[in-house]
Amino acid sequence: MSKEITEQDKAYWATNLRLILGCLAIWATVSYGFGILLRPYLMGISIGGADLGFWFAQQGSIFTFLILVFFYSWKMNQIDKKFGLEE
Amino acid sequence: MSQFAINFIFVIGSFIVYTVIAVWARARSTREFYIAGGNVHPTLNGMATAADWLSAASFISVAGLVSVGYVNSAFIMGWTGGYVLLATLLAPYLRRFGTYTVPSFVGTRYDSKTARVVAVLCLIIISLTYVIGQMTGAGVAFARFIEVDSTTGLLISALVVFIYAVLGGMKGVTYTQVAQYTVLILAFTIPAIYLSLMMTGHFLPQVGLVGTHSESGIPLLQKLDEVVRDLGFQDYTADVSNKWNMFLFTLTLMVGTAGLPHVIIRFFTVPNIQDARWSAGWALVFIALFYTTVPALAAMSRLNLLETVYPEGTDQPSLQYEERPEWFKKWEMTGLLKFEDKNNDGHIQIYNAKNENFAKGTAAERGWEGNELTVNNDILVLALPEIANMPMWLIGLMAAGGIAAALSTASGLLLAISSAVSHDLLKNTLMPHLSDKREMLYARISMVGAITIATWLGLNPPGFAAQTVALAFGIAASTLFPVLILGIFFQRINSNGAIAGMLAGGMFTLSYIFMYLGWLFIPETNNFPNTPEFWILGISPLSVGCIGALFNFIVAISVSMLTEKPSEKIQDMVRRVRYP
Repeated sequence: MSKEITEQDKAYWATNLRLILGCLAIWATVSYGFGILLRPYLMGISIGGADLGFWFAQQGSIFTFLILVFFYSWKMNQIDKKFGLEE
Repeated sequence: MSQFAINFIFVIGSFIVYTVIAVWARARSTREFYIAGGNVHPTLNGMATAADWLSAASFISVAGLVSVGYVNSAFIMGWTGGYVLLATLLAPYLRRFGTYTVPSFVGTRYDSKTARVVAVLCLIIISLTYVIGQMTGAGVAFARFIEVDSTTGLLISALVVFIYAVLGGMKGVTYTQVAQYTVLILAFTIPAIYLSLMMTGHFLPQVGLVGTHSESGIPLLQKLDEVVRDLGFQDYTADVSNKWNMFLFTLTLMVGTAGLPHVIIRFFTVPNIQDARWSAGWALVFIALFYTTVPALAAMSRLNLLETVYPEGTDQPSLQYEERPEWFKKWEMTGLLKFEDKNNDGHIQIYNAKNENFAKGTAAERGWEGNELTVNNDILVLALPEIANMPMWLIGLMAAGGIAAALSTASGLLLAISSAVSHDLLKNTLMPHLSDKREMLYARISMVGAITIATWLGLNPPGFAAQTVALAFGIAASTLFPVLILGIFFQRINSNGAIAGMLAGGMFTLSYIFMYLGWLFIPETNNFPNTPEFWILGISPLSVGCIGALFNFIVAISVSMLTEKPSEKIQDMVRRVRYP
């Protein structure tokens, strides 16, 4: 039996995609942005003997990735519950 | 007790643990052999994934690479950031889809044997390249810490992997990886904590990195910048000029990570999609523990080494060769440290002789006639316990840790290879009527075959063995990653598109790599020298994987649009992955 797509399904997928895009936007900003391309603009802000961009490239981006992945899991599992899609 | 005896006890002790686990975690069905029964706790799977991920090279060489300076931050971000892609785009959906292997997802989603076989081929290129380094790495770790030659070390390691991987399949591999992670993370972080306390007084190396250098009272990184500058090197924290290439390289590492089959299959072992999401988080926690320590260790050990050579400061006479510390002598014997007294003054000078202004200026004034100490970067980790005067048992732990890192990654890769052969090539392509019991037998035989081939290649490493980063990450990024993403997020992609995409992305990436590194890595067959001025648009062959991925996406979408829609059955399958 093939699956019919309901309005609710569409809403669920759209919420999911928005959440993914949001997470990936932050993911790209801290690593490619702060860590690499925007580093020259952050030279003025110093942290522990180096500039903020250097810290993001070596530490900050990883901490942000961690928060992102846990936030995504928590939020997405909430959304699954809300739409009654728990496994 | 001698250091040798302590190292021996640690290594043999860890091997006994792995073997006991192997006997306890025997696989009784193909489901247990391929995905550990699908009921691994997400936290344990996170640990196993971290062990799977942290290879011999990460354990021994990454800190050395990062100690070169800011440009190699690409490795730190690249090898952690891929998990964000895995967690949000791949792991949960592939888990819900419910296949045993990555090529099985490709074969089922695109309903095509050709697509499945192409995926198997990509998987084998990726995993085989990767596994050779693990086998040689295990051999090297053995040779360094226990007085056996690296061939014997490699054979012993292969035998241990053989026991738990053939008996237990994914189930055995999972639980030994949990044990291996514990060993390797302790072995890596405890020396780093020692070093951090010694250099900065901070317990956490992550804090020490941005802390104050105890001896001079100025920030550690600022001190390091000053010391390297005084010796004619570029500042440690200096920015890079070719940001474009650093960006592409980081992207290739991240995308490649997310496309590596041995990492993806780890997420098939958890009970459901919610657990797959949590598990990706846990994996990153355990990996971050390692990768946030790396930069601290890199900066501190580089500074520490230079301070050993210039005990009174860079403007004062350097260390006399006759007064060198014990650890120095020991590592000279391995060839990782080499001293040549070019100006015959009995002192060791280490500086950047390639910096012409410095060589003509300061170096000439002080009577230096060239850099006298060649340092293999691996030494920053390997010699650390001795440099920081740590207790003997820590060196034993380090030996067990290095071997654990090699074995855990090797077993994950071998499992990816053998399950692709037995499940995809045999069961789903050549022998569709294989019973579960027979398939398990074939799975074990494939595992034996994979271990034999990997051991042989480890003993006789071919030219491409040194190209793990280029080959494994380049191919994973340009072939598997795009077809997996498209398979979930674009219902319209059909088998023609997927096959054309994988071939186009893979061929493009391989050709670009071969142009600079030699066709099939045969020396002298490269079309251009591998130097920045010859790179097209400034893209290094190591960074080209993400361009290959882009190429794959474009070809796959165009070809799919020009050919017929996937069948209703397939479209239904995609809908069910999205909304259960």
